[in-house]
Amino acid sequence: MEYIIIIISAIFVQNIVLMKFLGICPFMGVSNKVSTAVGMTGAVTFVMVIATIVTYLIQHYVLVPFGIEYMQTISFIIVIASLVQMVEIILKKISPSLYQALGIFLPLITTNCAVLGVAVMASSNADFNLLHSVVFAIANAIGFGLALILFAGLREHLDLINVPKGMKGVPAAFVVAGLLALAFMGFSGLV
Amino acid sequence: MSQLTNFTRGILKENPVFVLLLGLCPTLGVTTSAINGIGMGLATTFVLIMSNLVVSIIKNVIPSKVRIPSFIVVIASFVTIVQMTMQAYIPALYKSLGLFIPLIVVNCVILGRAEAFASKNGLVSSILDGLGMGIGFTFALGLLGAIREVLGSGAIFGFKFIEGDAMLVFVLAPGAFIVLGYLIAISNKVLKK
Repeated sequence: MEYIIIIISAIFVQNIVLMKFLGICPFMGVSNKVSTAVGMTGAVTFVMVIATIVTYLIQHYVLVPFGIEYMQTISFIIVIASLVQMVEIILKKISPSLYQALGIFLPLITTNCAVLGVAVMASSNADFNLLHSVVFAIANAIGFGLALILFAGLREHLDLINVPKGMKGVPAAFVVAGLLALAFMGFSGLV
Repeated sequence: MSQLTNFTRGILKENPVFVLLLGLCPTLGVTTSAINGIGMGLATTFVLIMSNLVVSIIKNVIPSKVRIPSFIVVIASFVTIVQMTMQAYIPALYKSLGLFIPLIVVNCVILGRAEAFASKNGLVSSILDGLGMGIGFTFALGLLGAIREVLGSGAIFGFKFIEGDAMLVFVLAPGAFIVLGYLIAISNKVLKK
């Protein structure tokens, strides 16, 4: 039951992009087409889950026992940066086709605040064990993908309609994102 | 003259938020009030100046292959300093900014300036560039925070001038997107001339 609550609240109620404002840069940057949005979602899911597992272990088996929690930010970002590099190298070797699909998005993920944000949230939450954290990471990745793909679909249609000249492009996209967030507010109180 | 351009560039003409569209996560996330926005802006400014300073000093020592990871470590160290200082001296602001303080590390403005400017320019220019970009960022966050606070809670800097509820949606998530969208439209209009 608690896992279902974590999943529903991470995907809908506290959507990572639209309610917590994490990962806005890829949200605005790669949401021009649905196909790139799907690729980005795949890459983020992959890195987010692995990063959350590794940072959880670091937090609970290295930082807390040695009393050096203030090193959290530095150690987490180094872990994520090297993880992204490693994933890139491994993917290139074992699955060139997946690398082709995700390749261009991987370097961008190091500075995606959604990954670091989820890692920090999962390891600072005292109620979470490792399994909770993994479920939390997967659910947040799905939430990220949902928002990104929905928004990409909206933007494809936005290109076709007549927007006032001053609002063309980014400003109109922001207002649409606001309306999408308004729709997601309907889920509040669900959990 | 060119030093003056280094300084003023970030404030309006290449404003990191309105023109370059960098660092949008903290921009949207913390600006529920003017004070939060300015606090976040100042914290970011400090990290920006210090990381520009250090990067421009060590730029000739780092091999270019490991340049980005080294910049990230430099930035993360200063973020940790900011984090500990704020926790000790301004715990209320620290609490309301919450998760977004460690996330200064992944603010694209800082890494962007380290890579695009400080790693190619001298000490003084880099500090001025960091200061200018920081002021531009603080200005954008303060403005967005003030507008959302006025519309959403009928107050400015915590001083309430409307009794009862205002348009609550502006302090919630959707308001952030909508206000920023209109501000970018206005700045496009003003800066294009």
